[in-house]
Amino acid sequence: MIRPGRDDDPDRLYTVTGGRSRAASKDFDLVTLVVSECDPVPGMQSEHAAILRMCRYPTAVVEIAAELGLPVSIVKILLSDLLDSGRITARHPQTTGAAARGRPGQPVAAQLPDPTILEQVLVGLRNL
Amino acid sequence: MDSATSDTSRSSSGSRAPLSSTADNGLKIVIVGGFGVGKTTMVRSVSDIRPLNTEETMTQAGRGVDDLTGVTGKSATTVAFDFGRITLNERTVLYLFGAPGQERFWFLWDRLFSGTLGAVVLVDTRRLADSWYAIDRLEHHGTPFIVARNDFGGPRYAPEEIRDALDLDEEVPLIECDARSRESSKQVLIALVEHLQQLAAAASAGTPVPVAAAALPHGVHGETS
Repeated sequence: MIRPGRDDDPDRLYTVTGGRSRAASKDFDLVTLVVSECDPVPGMQSEHAAILRMCRYPTAVVEIAAELGLPVSIVKILLSDLLDSGRITARHPQTTGAAARGRPGQPVAAQLPDPTILEQVLVGLRNL
Repeated sequence: MDSATSDTSRSSSGSRAPLSSTADNGLKIVIVGGFGVGKTTMVRSVSDIRPLNTEETMTQAGRGVDDLTGVTGKSATTVAFDFGRITLNERTVLYLFGAPGQERFWFLWDRLFSGTLGAVVLVDTRRLADSWYAIDRLEHHGTPFIVARNDFGGPRYAPEEIRDALDLDEEVPLIECDARSRESSKQVLIALVEHLQQLAAAASAGTPVPVAAAALPHGVHGETS
């Protein structure tokens, strides 16, 4: 298991991401569920391999960050690499209805969640 | 002070209890509060997994992209936060985040918590002033929230007194809780979701939703006893 340890040394983070500070794809939410589409292969960057092992079952971005001991924004960059090369798929959160979903630029906080989703949450909580 | 830590007797298998392969929708609820108010305790009470901790950083490389206005003399801002997880059904997973209410945290709010269903402001009536900033920021961001008073056994105040001290809009539910209790913490989350349902119903009925309503003029900050 790769555990680089918690460390916000910018030099190390620079190395992990190959010098990039922003994900090419800004699609990843904290709770986007990531699923591996392949196994790690020899020679792969160790963080990429760790993510592929971790995500054999759906795993949220924030869980990956906690497990790797890396800041969330760094993990998003690593995930963008894997997504672009087809090694993972991403299941993005759906909180609003189909009509309101996916409108870039609209403040998400201003959108109230879909009533169907709220009902699901309520039922789930009551069953705890 | 903040006695809740990441160990628990409930989940000895650790944090890597996998979700079902059918899980496809992650949702967020944020619990905001001052240091030692019981955020981690509440997350642990209801979480399926041992609470985990992670962090987000605005690094120097992020300069020019991140809004660092007001963060004078800092080359990087790091905030740590706890989270737990509740599997609601075979497809839906709710993540609970315990977020520090301190000022620097709010620079990262949008990046971390845009799209959150709503927030719980956890308050300790001995230190109500700790919550003013968080409430102000949630209103600013238009994030729906409720206020939950964690019972530390201190002097009891009437709800009206707490509302006045927090300058709380009358639309915002205020409830009592014991963050150590799974049942009580569950009721807090249910109260938040019911509040969200009421807001959604009001919105679909065409009435204005006072989520980010300006502070009412009645509240007077200060002594509550």
